[in-house]
Amino acid sequence: MGAEQLFPTLVLVGLVVATATALIVISSLFGPARRKSREKFDTYECGVQLLDSARRRFSVKFYLTALIFLLFDIEAVFLIPWAVIYRKLGVLGLFETFFFIAVLGIGLLYIYRRGALEWD
Amino acid sequence: MSTLEIIVTCIKVLAVFTALQMAVPVLVIMERRGVSFIQDRVGPDRCGPFGLLQPFADAAKLVFKEDITPRHVDKLLYFLAPAFCLIVPTVAFAVVPFGSGIRIGDFTLSFQIADFRVGVLYLLAILSMSSFGVVCAGWAQNNKYGTLSALRGVAQSVSYEIAMCLAVVAVVMSTNSDSGVSSTAMSTIVADQGGTYLGFFPKWNVFTQPIAFFIFLAAMYAETNRTPFDFVECEQELVAGYMTEYGSMKFSMLFMGEYIAMALQSALLVTFFLGGWTLPWVDLGDGSIAGGIASVIVFLVKWFAVAWLYIWVRWTLPRLRYDKLMDLGWKALVPLALINIVATAFVGVWLRS
Repeated sequence: MGAEQLFPTLVLVGLVVATATALIVISSLFGPARRKSREKFDTYECGVQLLDSARRRFSVKFYLTALIFLLFDIEAVFLIPWAVIYRKLGVLGLFETFFFIAVLGIGLLYIYRRGALEWD
Repeated sequence: MSTLEIIVTCIKVLAVFTALQMAVPVLVIMERRGVSFIQDRVGPDRCGPFGLLQPFADAAKLVFKEDITPRHVDKLLYFLAPAFCLIVPTVAFAVVPFGSGIRIGDFTLSFQIADFRVGVLYLLAILSMSSFGVVCAGWAQNNKYGTLSALRGVAQSVSYEIAMCLAVVAVVMSTNSDSGVSSTAMSTIVADQGGTYLGFFPKWNVFTQPIAFFIFLAAMYAETNRTPFDFVECEQELVAGYMTEYGSMKFSMLFMGEYIAMALQSALLVTFFLGGWTLPWVDLGDGSIAGGIASVIVFLVKWFAVAWLYIWVRWTLPRLRYDKLMDLGWKALVPLALINIVATAFVGVWLRS
């Protein structure tokens, strides 16, 4: 079931990559070449003179969110194999996974209480 | 694979790809006419009958616009980002079953590009890349609006992705895998929703997993950056967000990517919760030509209904506040999804014993 499913996927990937490349090339071919002035290539800032770079410090919350995401997303994907066979595992498997989900829940509660989810 | 199979596969992929590209103008005209209807005005009605050709006119206009690259951009990422936005949702569509399939002799034409046994994992893997395009675009253009938009976008989509993953886990759990088929394959998830309870009530997951349905619905809007969660490009604050420095066809590609993602998410909602191509009272999966075509039509009708919901919500609900968005994602949807999984597991094991 593997290889014959992979072939159409690769055809699709090839098709969409080719289309994306073609679209980028098309716009540079058909676009008119007009006079180039300095202001035209400046960064857009509502028409006023550029003050400084956009590469500035930003809130650590974004970094923290990404970090928490990594932990929880791995755990969410880890639940999928169990979700496939949880009926066969029966009551024992049920409680083992409940322990796992409880650890997840306690982790979430900890993050919540430490204020990592506060945005104001 | 025989030569015939390879040719048929290529034609099928090309047809699906074209249909997905055509979903963009359809959604655009639906949105523009829809908002006109909601706001009690006419909307675009000059190009073709009922203004149906308006998106094509817009695309033609964008092709002939001047293609400039601003001075301060990170060149590589600036060119990669639009391509990325377009590629990711299109590739993810490969596992969506959009019809039952037609059997002629011993040749089967399945209406699905690739039916992986781990279709759900494939989908989650590809979807988790969907924020890359926004980050690349926002960061590469070295613009304050773009940077803010990229930061917001990635924090928002990763937060809601967890809720979405957990909702999908609940769907996989409620899919019956007793007969040896893989319940992570998209075709199994759809086939399991065919038929009825007690002879009349549809076996759709929206009835067995209502909480997961609403979590997925909320996450769907957040993932595609649509109102009420459109913080990535809220026009009043961030101009055009991560699209600010883009022009010509590159802007068009970002725009197309966004609408293809909308089309994909609508298709996923239909597949996971609304029974996909199945019709509860009629068996469309018998392999006949009429059944195959009817199943595609059923899928399209459901898809249009969900896509219209997107537009309806956009022009009905106001935008949230950013801290409320993160609160909803982390403090409401994620715990709710975990509780839903626990409840589903209890019921599943109890029904079996």
